[in-house]
Amino acid sequence: MPQITRDEVRHLADLARIDLDDAELDRLAPQLEGILDAIASISAVAAEDVPATSHPVPLSNVYREDVVAASLAPEEALSGAPQVEQQRFEVPRILGDEQ
Amino acid sequence: MSDLTRLTAHQQAELLATGEVSSVELTRAHLDRIAAVDGAVHAFLHVDEHGAIEAARAADDRLSKGEPASPLDGVPIAVKDVIVTRGLPSTAGSRILEGWVPPYDATVTERLRAGGLPILGKTNMDEFAMGSSTEHSAYGPTHNPWDLDRIPGGSGGGSAAAVAAFEAPLAIGTDTGGSIRQPGAVTGTVGVKPTYGAVSRYGLIALANSLDQAGPVTRTVLDAALLHELIGGHDPRDSTSLTDPVPALVEAVRAGAAGDLSGLRVGVVKELGGEGFQPGVEARFAESVELLRDAGAEVVEVSCPHFEHALAAYYLILPSEASSNLARFDAMRYGLRVTPEGDPSAEDVMRATRDAGFGDEVKRRIILGTYALSSGYYDAYYGQAQKIRTLVQRDFDAAFAEVDVLVSPTSPTTAFPLGDKLSDPISMYRQDIATIPANLAGVPGISVPSGVADEDGLPVGLQVLAPQRADDRLYRVGAAVEALLEERWGGPMLAQAPELEVAR
Repeated sequence: MPQITRDEVRHLADLARIDLDDAELDRLAPQLEGILDAIASISAVAAEDVPATSHPVPLSNVYREDVVAASLAPEEALSGAPQVEQQRFEVPRILGDEQ
Repeated sequence: MSDLTRLTAHQQAELLATGEVSSVELTRAHLDRIAAVDGAVHAFLHVDEHGAIEAARAADDRLSKGEPASPLDGVPIAVKDVIVTRGLPSTAGSRILEGWVPPYDATVTERLRAGGLPILGKTNMDEFAMGSSTEHSAYGPTHNPWDLDRIPGGSGGGSAAAVAAFEAPLAIGTDTGGSIRQPGAVTGTVGVKPTYGAVSRYGLIALANSLDQAGPVTRTVLDAALLHELIGGHDPRDSTSLTDPVPALVEAVRAGAAGDLSGLRVGVVKELGGEGFQPGVEARFAESVELLRDAGAEVVEVSCPHFEHALAAYYLILPSEASSNLARFDAMRYGLRVTPEGDPSAEDVMRATRDAGFGDEVKRRIILGTYALSSGYYDAYYGQAQKIRTLVQRDFDAAFAEVDVLVSPTSPTTAFPLGDKLSDPISMYRQDIATIPANLAGVPGISVPSGVADEDGLPVGLQVLAPQRADDRLYRVGAAVEALLEERWGGPMLAQAPELEVAR
């Protein structure tokens, strides 16, 4: 039986860069445990020698000719940005307190 | 002119070709219908009256010169909000993309525009296509036109409801685990998930790249074929796009509509029935199987033993892919940005934005995916799920060595009441039990209406699955079933739906 504790959910949310408050943790943690219970059954189904499939249609590398094609103008690329400065994406400081 | 919106897309195209109706009239009729019923149905997140009429004018211009851009030139369409549309909001049902207007068109959108189809608007969906009821939309649920207190299926409930409520003759859906087929089943409409890679994913906001596939949402099998031929085919901008030519789908419909399936071998999947399947669903399915036999098909039972693990494998693979895909919503380049008090770092902004911008189901799946991909759990979960994917593909291979197509009910139940499964994610996930194997294996599937369940009078769908690249078989069988059932009913399935109240 897999275990996923409230603390683990908090840690995973942190890895996924989502702030979860206590009320959300109270709600999501037991649901995640339930989901995990329901899907854990598969952990012993496939034998060692079964190959993994990551993609439904087998593909080898796909190449294209290296030719110039139309692309977005800078204004278009920046059109959805929360903040723009001198034709660039403006972002908050990137170093955290601990760095 | 009688109500244009009741005509099939093909009939509408015929009227346009003869000049009896203009595209502006036709498009206006659908916009009026949206205004009249969408307050109750809520199939649309955004309606583009101006753009649709402009496109209709251009279509009329081409049609009057006898130079249609495609067989559907001038026939309006609705597009699921997960497909990006230049100049039209595209939210994927999420707060995190509220108000975002993409600077480019998806390949599907480009092909619709090039084919001359006026885009009526963008349809509602579960947030990032995560759900089976459209209740996980950040903008409120869509209501099933058969019973407004019930779900229209999901994630593409908006597209299916729009077509079922005669708000659009055609719509685009996307199917990652059943999001075209299950809404089709519960709204009495037709939905096709093409072979993986048959329709470009460029500009489709990704949920799970190895499973996602766009396809037609319509009222008839012929309309689906016309739309599939228009949007299908190779796209160099999607490296997973198939290079094969699009099969002759309209031709397959014409062959099937004669109702003769002699020589066709049909497999009934033993594992997709029984426990968890509603009696009325099973009864309509049994009748459909009889119908196939009467039409000359040879019907046998086949076993796909690993399908019972498909759901679990899917709910590991999908969250894993989704958790990495949704990392792009980082509040830096587009979409919502929530800035906490003080002097927050970029990471603080990301955390706050993703908390505010994502709904519960999205958070659940991101966390689940993050867990499944963590070191220590990777082999037991994600690794195993990928192996099961291989076993599901082998089940299909073995089955298709014996038969030409497989059949099952599309959805285990009819439309359930809104709110019924919201607090129980697992029971929501079970809605996809019959549709998920096709996505894991990349094979194509169709859902066609097969009647209403005796216990609740709500639509039931028949699912037909074919081998990869044999999408034409879906159309042949789907058209035969449709023709034979309509003959029995004395008209299309949607004629049995109650009339919606019209707002004035």
